[in-house]
Amino acid sequence: MNTLSIAVKNLRRKKIRSVLTIGGVSIAVAVLVSLMGFDKGYQQSLTSNIDRMGYQLLVTAKGCPYEAATMMLKGGGGLRYMEQDAYDQIRSDQRIEQITPQLVATVFDPDRAEGEGGFVMFMGIHDSYMKLKPWNKFKSGGWFSSPDADEVIMGFEAAELEQRNVGDEIFIPGKNKILKVAGIFERTGTQDDGIVFMPLQTTQQIFGLPGKLTGVGIKLKDIQTISKVEEDLYEVPGIQVISMAQVRGTILNLIASAKIMANSIAVIAIFIAVIGVINTILMSVFERTQEIGILKAMGASRFQIFRLIWAETILICSLGGIIGNIVALTASRAVEAIIVNILPFTPSGPIVVIYPALLVYALAGAVVLGLIAGLYPSWRACAMVPVEAIRRGE
Amino acid sequence: MNRTIVKAEKLRKVYHLFAEEIAAVDGVDLEITAGEFVSIMGPSGSGKTTLLDMIGCLDSISDGTLEILGEDVSSTPESQLVKTRRGQIGFIFQDFSLIPSLTALENLQLGLFLAGKQTNRQKCLEMLDKVHLSHRCNHLPKQMSGGEQQRVAIARALVIEPDFLLADEPTGHLDTATTQTVFALLKEINAQQNLTIILATHDASIGSQTQRTILLKDGKIAS
Repeated sequence: MNTLSIAVKNLRRKKIRSVLTIGGVSIAVAVLVSLMGFDKGYQQSLTSNIDRMGYQLLVTAKGCPYEAATMMLKGGGGLRYMEQDAYDQIRSDQRIEQITPQLVATVFDPDRAEGEGGFVMFMGIHDSYMKLKPWNKFKSGGWFSSPDADEVIMGFEAAELEQRNVGDEIFIPGKNKILKVAGIFERTGTQDDGIVFMPLQTTQQIFGLPGKLTGVGIKLKDIQTISKVEEDLYEVPGIQVISMAQVRGTILNLIASAKIMANSIAVIAIFIAVIGVINTILMSVFERTQEIGILKAMGASRFQIFRLIWAETILICSLGGIIGNIVALTASRAVEAIIVNILPFTPSGPIVVIYPALLVYALAGAVVLGLIAGLYPSWRACAMVPVEAIRRGE
Repeated sequence: MNRTIVKAEKLRKVYHLFAEEIAAVDGVDLEITAGEFVSIMGPSGSGKTTLLDMIGCLDSISDGTLEILGEDVSSTPESQLVKTRRGQIGFIFQDFSLIPSLTALENLQLGLFLAGKQTNRQKCLEMLDKVHLSHRCNHLPKQMSGGEQQRVAIARALVIEPDFLLADEPTGHLDTATTQTVFALLKEINAQQNLTIILATHDASIGSQTQRTILLKDGKIAS
């Protein structure tokens, strides 16, 4: 017999009420853990995606930097084009270690997604692309046979989706063009997995964009020179320069409002949970007024009564914390799916990352919540005068 | 000479209702010694329960002096009275007052726990056996009859080995046959253990069977 065992038995007296209160805390904790996991996961995946692009600076046509940033990561319509001459001017800069031109084009394929249709992303690349991304390995096949070959290299997922192998043919909808699969990349865990790559010249020719590029990726010899290089590049007309750190910041800005909204929901959920816990315990204290009077008559000290009611509150919150953690862990993929549909851009890779320390913090937070929520009901209980409590309950 | 358990002189308990002063207990002098079985009788509102609450250190006194087990508790605040009653006074209430979520055995263990004593299971089982309820040890109060619940309440009061027992209308909610069973048990405890029992009742048939009867009327001792 101890305070905890008595508290457990007390909570079991009103099972439905206790379960509902624990449920409220669980939901609040699950929401909080999911959001914190999202905060961590999104930044981690975004950073990883950007790092794996292989370049620190991106040169694009003048326009909205937000659009340019997401376009380079996600692809999509409404692309702006810059002149290839700009690339020729830039590439001789001695501070540049690697530079690669890119031309992104998207095509609507009516046969995609079981007849519902969908966009296919094509990217025209140059030999230098592989020097910027040395980690891109071929699962099968190899590089294009010539700079203007009618060939493609498929990202891992694109090949799986189209069910293509090296040597197979691929049709470009709307362009009446058939190309041959020269190679298939291994899975990279980035957007590259879903892209169909073509030689730059071939892309320019097929899509009727001779001498056009959508972007130029630059890796510097010394990262410390990035600001100066960026400043100097602006002397080239018709371009804008975006550092990848800026892209990261820009995308995080894009999702900031969604995060504020979600965090507000979490705060409200926690607030409601706290009110719910206080209400439940207070109700329980009032219902047990006579019983508390009897316990005091039997010798229970103020501290013993305080501890008993406090233990009940902490139990509710701790159980809520544990269940909330389990819910957050098991539902993280579902939460991810919902977030992907809501946000304007989501990087590839896990965007809800629930790590052990987060679970520990959430549980500790729930316990602290219990400690705080239990203060008032516990004080009300321990302050009862036994003779009054016994008579009030009669 | 027997040890004095309760000694009261000019004991008063006054309540204030707006401007009016109501004396629930008004100038009571009494002395109860170890081993006595005393009944406090009187009609409703005569002050029986108030007197019992003060003797049980559940309520503070307004005036006069009160010594419990040799300790003057006249000016002890309510928050400190718990130290006097813990482990020294056993309580039996009219409505049994068992904790509904605990079994008979656990109710006894709770009594020991609150009295700051070891929650010895064997000791509790033996006590339940003394009140002939060992077969009910794992039953919840709602699974027992009123008489059985009151016997568990008596066992709970006894298991802490108190210096005296206070019983407020312990048979008030029981039928005649069960009343006699419970009262017989109290008499047996008094006789066998020489334990002081102070019992408040309005039932003359019960009061007449105790060693001494204190009759209260309007807060004063009538006889």
